[in-house]
Amino acid sequence: MDKKIVIPGDLLSENSKKAGYGTYVKNDKIYSLFCGIENLREDKVGVIPLAGAYIPSVNDVVIGVVIVVTPSNWIMDIASPYDGLFHVSEYPRRVESREMPEIMNIGDSVILRVKDVDSSMKVELALRDSNFHKLKTGLVVEVEPVKVPRVIGHGGSMISMLKKETNCSIFVGQNGRIWIDGKDEDMELLSKALRKIEAEAQRSGLTDRIYNFLRSERSKQKESKPAKYFKSRKKETKLPKEGHSEEIYRKIDVLLDPKN
Amino acid sequence: MSDKPDKLITDDGLRLDGRRADEIRPMKIEIGVLSRADGSCYLEWGRNKILVGVFGPREAHPRRLQRADTAVIRYRYNMASFSVEDRARPGPSRRSIEISKVSREAFEPVIMAELFPKTAIDIFVEILQADAGTRTAAINASSIALADAGIPMKGLVTSCAFGKVDGQIVLDLNKEEDNYGEADFPVAMTQDGEITLLQMDGHLTPEEIKKGLELIKKGCKEILEIQQTVLRKKFETPVEEPEAKAEETEIEAEETEPSLEYAPEAAVVEEVIEEAEELEEELSEETTEAGAVTETVPEAEELEEIVKEAEAEVVDGEAIEEAIEAEAEEEAEEETEEEAEEEAEEEAEEEAEEEAEEEAEEEAEEEAEEEAEEEAKGPWKVVKDPSESGSRGENDE
Repeated sequence: MDKKIVIPGDLLSENSKKAGYGTYVKNDKIYSLFCGIENLREDKVGVIPLAGAYIPSVNDVVIGVVIVVTPSNWIMDIASPYDGLFHVSEYPRRVESREMPEIMNIGDSVILRVKDVDSSMKVELALRDSNFHKLKTGLVVEVEPVKVPRVIGHGGSMISMLKKETNCSIFVGQNGRIWIDGKDEDMELLSKALRKIEAEAQRSGLTDRIYNFLRSERSKQKESKPAKYFKSRKKETKLPKEGHSEEIYRKIDVLLDPKN
Repeated sequence: MSDKPDKLITDDGLRLDGRRADEIRPMKIEIGVLSRADGSCYLEWGRNKILVGVFGPREAHPRRLQRADTAVIRYRYNMASFSVEDRARPGPSRRSIEISKVSREAFEPVIMAELFPKTAIDIFVEILQADAGTRTAAINASSIALADAGIPMKGLVTSCAFGKVDGQIVLDLNKEEDNYGEADFPVAMTQDGEITLLQMDGHLTPEEIKKGLELIKKGCKEILEIQQTVLRKKFETPVEEPEAKAEETEIEAEETEPSLEYAPEAAVVEEVIEEAEELEEELSEETTEAGAVTETVPEAEELEEIVKEAEAEVVDGEAIEEAIEAEAEEEAEEETEEEAEEEAEEEAEEEAEEEAEEEAEEEAEEEAEEEAEEEAKGPWKVVKDPSESGSRGENDE
């Protein structure tokens, strides 16, 4: 792999015009600001940091948790040094102050978009789209924000694999909060996998590694509690079977009906 | 203090611990030793033992300390009560407050605090064992912990002291030299050689200082190399590890192997499926509708349902149980079904994967666009990269 690790103060380029993210220019030379991976492109030299806090920027989609309900705002923790403000007027319909806790109370999680961040880092939040995505089921897993791209994978490869292998719905907020929903055992497996992604973020071939991990965990799951697993499976499979055969019987009946 | 040695430097130029005048003590560094801190470092330098935890950028409390345009850097140097021979009185002292201040100022020029307004970056230094030169050791450790925490810095800060012992200028004093020497001169500098901390205790002539600074430059260069190596190693470790990882996967593979034992049974099940399909076909001759049903279930896993339907209708659900050998108990059957399902799935997967790939590609395009944008970000000043847009979040259902 040509992934080069750089540390703060490393010289990246002599051409100051190519300065990208995670770099600074001094005496017309570009140096790194972070411990991270050098990101060399034709026109830009950047550094992808390997650690650091989430700093909100406009149009990020994040998962927030209500920490305070004021008469006009919900103040949200967005896993960042800065709190987010979700103003009541951003809610799709008019809400009286006293109704606000009924819509969202302290501790509720919701998917939001960063509407604006001003120079004093006042973070204004808005709905992601026209829908209000309050998270009522599933659970929220937190990973380091710098590892969010790894969770998504190159071109979304990791996330689609995770979805397929665990049968869970996944939503990744850019602040490192990940909402997952599915069967309990699937969610447990998925959160394990997410932890693994976080721990092995710099490895190459991570998607394959996680795939194998999921597969082996699955077989372990089966071995460890076959009886229980079997019972629950049996119930699930039985029901549609009955439904199906009934339907077929009905169809056969229709076909055999002499009136036709 | 009558235990002062007669000579701090022997006639052949060796010091009490066997070093030459221009040698530093051996240094050992560990990174990421504290799991709750954002960045941490444990450093041993000679007999100094120092633990540093870095937190932040995080919300500054109390709020009156917040700065609207920059982060506040807080540095707390603290000696553990057991760090010296006589118990050190716990809590801040005149000395530790002073050291905290000068050390903080040693870092202010390199930390890009203006990127994180209203926040605080906390550096906590605990001296577990002191043996002279703790402030320099603490700065070296903090520098690494800051980098570990992912705090943007223009470079590492390196620190080292020189002193005058028995009339000679020596690098990096140890306890005896510090206690009985004539001068101590700690310096911290950036990797470009810009001095960010400079103190002096004792008496030195300008010539001695010049000579000492030359020693310091050499010492700091050595320390910087150690710091850089350690940091690079820390972040490279996972890349070097694939061998160990490969073994692990082998073990994993072994672990999963038992499932292969079910393969023959899976084959049996497949046969059963085929039989069932035949039956199904027969059925479909009678009942075109039912046949239509089979056609409308392209997913391999639904073959199972078909089997069951067939069982239910034709073989009365006993076919599989009979076909599978005696040891294929319910459990095994379950497994085999799984296996069969998987195998059947694999066939179907090829197609499905293609579809999935297409889907993934769509997603990928979005991603790629973003990434491209991300890369196209402006210079470092634009930390709030606006292009890292929300569409990455679109990956939900």
